[in-house]
Amino acid sequence: MKNTLRNIFHSPKFVIGFVIFFGLLLFTFIYPWFVMADPLEMVGQGNFFKPGTYVSVKDTVDSKYYTLNIQAKSANLGDHIEDKDKADMRDWLVNYGGVSQEEMDAADDNTLVALWLEHYDSKAKQKGLLASKKKAFVRLDKEIQKLASDADMIIAQENEDGELEETASVDSQQYVNTRDISNKRTFVLGTDNFGRDVLTELVQATKVSLKIGLIAGTVATLIGLLLGLLSGYIGGVFDDVIIFITNLFTVIPSFVLLILITYSVGQNARGVTLIATVIGATSWTWTCRSVRSQVISLRNRDHVNLSKLSGHSMMRIVLTDILPYVASYVVMAFILQISSGILAEAQLSMLGLGPSTTTTATLGQMMNWATLYAAHLNGSWWAYFPVVFVITIIAFSLNLMNTGLDQVFNPQLRD
Amino acid sequence: MSDAKRAECLRGKGVTKIFGMGDKKTVAVDHVDFDFREGEIISIVGESGSGKTTLSKMLLGLISVSEGQIYFQGQPRDIKGGKKKREYWKNIQAIFQDPFSSYNMFNKIDSVLLDCINMRGGKHLPYEEKFKLMSEACSFVNLEFKELTNKYPFELSGGQMQRLMIARIFLLKPKILLADEPTSMIDACSRSTILDMLLKLRDEINMTVIFITHDIGLAYYISDQVYIMEHGKFVEHGAAEECIIHPKAAYTKRLINDVPKIYEEWDLSTV
Repeated sequence: MKNTLRNIFHSPKFVIGFVIFFGLLLFTFIYPWFVMADPLEMVGQGNFFKPGTYVSVKDTVDSKYYTLNIQAKSANLGDHIEDKDKADMRDWLVNYGGVSQEEMDAADDNTLVALWLEHYDSKAKQKGLLASKKKAFVRLDKEIQKLASDADMIIAQENEDGELEETASVDSQQYVNTRDISNKRTFVLGTDNFGRDVLTELVQATKVSLKIGLIAGTVATLIGLLLGLLSGYIGGVFDDVIIFITNLFTVIPSFVLLILITYSVGQNARGVTLIATVIGATSWTWTCRSVRSQVISLRNRDHVNLSKLSGHSMMRIVLTDILPYVASYVVMAFILQISSGILAEAQLSMLGLGPSTTTTATLGQMMNWATLYAAHLNGSWWAYFPVVFVITIIAFSLNLMNTGLDQVFNPQLRD
Repeated sequence: MSDAKRAECLRGKGVTKIFGMGDKKTVAVDHVDFDFREGEIISIVGESGSGKTTLSKMLLGLISVSEGQIYFQGQPRDIKGGKKKREYWKNIQAIFQDPFSSYNMFNKIDSVLLDCINMRGGKHLPYEEKFKLMSEACSFVNLEFKELTNKYPFELSGGQMQRLMIARIFLLKPKILLADEPTSMIDACSRSTILDMLLKLRDEINMTVIFITHDIGLAYYISDQVYIMEHGKFVEHGAAEECIIHPKAAYTKRLINDVPKIYEEWDLSTV
């Protein structure tokens, strides 16, 4: 036993698969310690936010109630423009902008800027102006545009009369440390169609899917093992009946059976455990067949005969003289059943027949949502690709473990 | 002792075993009659596929008898049901051909011997008592129990395993021992040791030994009675000397010719 375990953990394939699988499992347990938010909490109004860090719009400015961004382009722009430029602007507006001299004389700095923004056109006919002068005007215009768009933000607050009143202004040169922003969310994998954090949802979905796989694998292995052991050891009519039922289940595609059962159970009754059990109850046939054939070859072995001669009961012979010899196979079958259980759940959920619950997500359900909201068409790769990746990684690690075990138990396969 | 004085042990009348049905029907053992007396060593000799092992399994009660009846100590044998079978197995035990497959490799050696003590009703003995019994059994077969305890079967050599099987029989003290080619997987040196132990055991507990072998020379060496089996039938039986020195059946003669002789040229024409 100890020796076998040592051999197993010396198989690189098994160890890699084991590390990946348990790393993933551990991650699903540790992650919720750090991110305590509800995985299905909807953040943000839009759907399919790109991965990245998001700051609450409210918190970007220091206001308790609400913010108002006033277009204060010309509030005090004049201060930033040199007098010489102002004179040039006036000349241009009078000569080429179609502004009358009287209007220009009456205009103060702010009005001048407003007029400039309104009338300046670099493509206007500017007779008598040198090319270099024209370019200088274009540069000046760019500068003013920039100043205008970078203009201060004014924070206004509703006063007692219900009117907005300026309380503060935020300069474009003011900065705040990102750490001081309290309401900041980083969506490593963006958000999904409901505006939920994909990473948090994915971690929980992985946990639920692994649970489904484990339950389905356990159920399938237990049923297959029990029936295989009994029908193989007892033989006779009992064996015929069991193998008939097994063949029946093998011939009917289990996926069709799965769809029919989950559909007939009804929308409200489909919980995670029920789906897992149903998956397990439809996928035990191969375990049963293989265990049975191994038991048949074992039951005529000398050590079994000797155990009979020593007066051991049937139960004891099956448990101590037969089960240990098929245990290695059963462990491998169990690992494969977990992987196929997870895949079966994903397939079912894609069809919308998965666990019906509003409190948890599964990998299949995330795929289903992504498909329903056309994530693959609008380029929101983060909504479905990580899910596919996790499913692949789980199946890969389990299959790797299985291959590793196979090589330990069947030395002929070692390369 | 003459045959008449020895008590009847196992007797068979028209014992038949048929496997399969219809076209696939195979008659493995075909209406054989036999009469094994207490304290004798009986050899059943035949080549592979002659039905020796099937007969031995029927004698052990591991497989059912298709036709005919086996009598145990003069009474028709009744082994229907687990309890009666277990009672019967207190009287008949076996040593199998392959010592490597005779052990459950997941159990320690101690458990094999402890099972025997439990079967003989020693379940409630204190461990010191059990230890003494096990040591005694092991020293009977020239093994040291202290060295074997807590070991797994695969840590032993084939000869040691087979000797431990004899130690098991020593503890169980059955009336009949069925030895199914116990030496065929063992090297020649260990072979004589094991045969000697079997003979010693017979003398010690007056056991009937049914020795199944394909080696007619070996059969001559150890047995009182010889049954020659061909295609599921006994073609010849009788006292060992009579049967092997003066064979009547052609099959027996062939078997005798097939034994290689060290100082003569081996006639391969009959093989």
